[in-house]
Amino acid sequence: MKSALKISGYCLIRKNRVVLDGRVLFETGPMDFSSFAAEAYLHFNTCYPKFHKMDNLSKLGFLASDILIRDKKITESFKGREIAIMLMNSSSSLDTDKTYQQTITDRNNYFPSPAVFVYTLPNVVIGEICIRHKIYGEGNFFITEKFDAILLDHIVNHLFNDGLALCCIAGWTEVNGENYESALFLIEESSGTGSGIANFGPAETESIYQGI
Amino acid sequence: MRKVYIAADNIISPLGFTTGENAASLKAGEKGIHEISDPELSPVPFHASVIDTTRLDERFSEEGDPEEFTRFEKMAVLSLRDACSRTDADLRGARTLFILSTTKGNIDLLASSPSDERLYLWQTAGMLGSYFGFGYKPLVISDACISGVQAIITGARMIRAGLYDNVVINGTDIISEFVVSGFSAFKSLSQGPCMPFDKRRDGLSLGEGSGTIILTADPSLAADPKIIAGEGFSTNDANHISGPSRTGEGLWLAISSLLSRTGGKISYISAHGTATPYNDEMESIAITRAGLQDVPVNSFKGYWGHTLGAAGIIESVMGIHSVRNGILFRTEGFSEPGTTNPLNIIARTENKQIMNCLKIASGFGGCNAVQLFSRE
Repeated sequence: MKSALKISGYCLIRKNRVVLDGRVLFETGPMDFSSFAAEAYLHFNTCYPKFHKMDNLSKLGFLASDILIRDKKITESFKGREIAIMLMNSSSSLDTDKTYQQTITDRNNYFPSPAVFVYTLPNVVIGEICIRHKIYGEGNFFITEKFDAILLDHIVNHLFNDGLALCCIAGWTEVNGENYESALFLIEESSGTGSGIANFGPAETESIYQGI
Repeated sequence: MRKVYIAADNIISPLGFTTGENAASLKAGEKGIHEISDPELSPVPFHASVIDTTRLDERFSEEGDPEEFTRFEKMAVLSLRDACSRTDADLRGARTLFILSTTKGNIDLLASSPSDERLYLWQTAGMLGSYFGFGYKPLVISDACISGVQAIITGARMIRAGLYDNVVINGTDIISEFVVSGFSAFKSLSQGPCMPFDKRRDGLSLGEGSGTIILTADPSLAADPKIIAGEGFSTNDANHISGPSRTGEGLWLAISSLLSRTGGKISYISAHGTATPYNDEMESIAITRAGLQDVPVNSFKGYWGHTLGAAGIIESVMGIHSVRNGILFRTEGFSEPGTTNPLNIIARTENKQIMNCLKIASGFGGCNAVQLFSRE
């Protein structure tokens, strides 16, 4: 068993609000997710035109991870192959699956689009994050009914115990119609610099996720 | 560190409903890919490996009422039933984890009943888990074309970490209008049956199927000769979401991590080999960069097509069968070398004693996964 792990940061995006390490960094009035994502993209000086081609699930996971990675400058502290990304959600890519299905349902109006089809896989959001930040490490996408703090604990601990990662971005990224919610954690070994937000464990991630 | 053994397995495909039936079909040179003319799947004919519905329902009627289960569920249940019947492991307790590997689950329901709860992959896994009475809450892994290999990597890690004693892994995907139209829009489909690593390869052939692998920590439950699920890794290319890296970066990284941690010699590679021009070229680059260009390599895609979330399981099962039985299967569809870096493509099925099988896979999202299976 190696040293204990810490949560060195987290980013929550839900209800038209972006929270980093407990601080509200950005908030808008009521609007749909696409509009909110476009506003957040500008607010955080994202400067990544490919963002606008992404589906909503990728936009959400991309924004949450991008805010976290840039704030903590983790690509300066770690090599791309030392960073892992472990994500989960409930509805996989069903939101985009429905958009794609509309392009093939009517035989008289049949226009399947490769640009939409590629996003009918949930793990593509991991690819988008990796491309942006040149991350080459372990990646996995799990489908669970709800945010699963125990699963998160199991998979992240194993990565560190087995020497497969020195830094992990892990958590929940869900889009289903107008409901969206991302809760991403940045996890490192406790021996690194800074004390972090909290120890990494199921109780801590659960309480941060619940917004307690 | 606990060792992880293979306790039992199964393959459901047009070439058979058990691993043995599939192996016999491969040995006889049969392939599951045929031309499909079905307006419900595609406005134009295409080549794919599809399970005959009448045959599937006949086999399933020994298990339950075919009308009450979806196509996906019927394939997965038959695969799990057969694999579970081949082991004495107690799979009903809390020491067993069930992992479902799939890209699209019951996606055929989306057109007819878009609010059906069976569209949620965790619901599908939950249904299968409770049907078989697997103890703990199931886990779903959905990582495009590497899902199956990732499920094995994850399951083996869970056992090594001591979290479970047995892991039952099923990988299933069906042929649907959704998937056929998507790959067709990508211009990824082959004109005829796919031709992995061949000079004239022009795309992939889709397939459907279900595969099951049961992993166990208990050597007394390991099927003979004992095969160990060793180390496995995943990586990302950080290059493109729908095209492989031109340098094979991610796959090379995964293979070289495995080689540096295991240190042993690789006797056989079961490649992803989709038969798209880019994928096979990328694999040849990554394998050569890792120094494995002389190792015998095959692709099973010419037999079963690309079964997506099932591919990593089905192909691993046949890779394990190859190690166990000392056989190397020819690459169906291959006749003339067609990659810039020449590989040692298996062109003729032959008996040969081998110590291990390196299973590799790559997929949309730039992901790659590798897993080693070795004789104890």
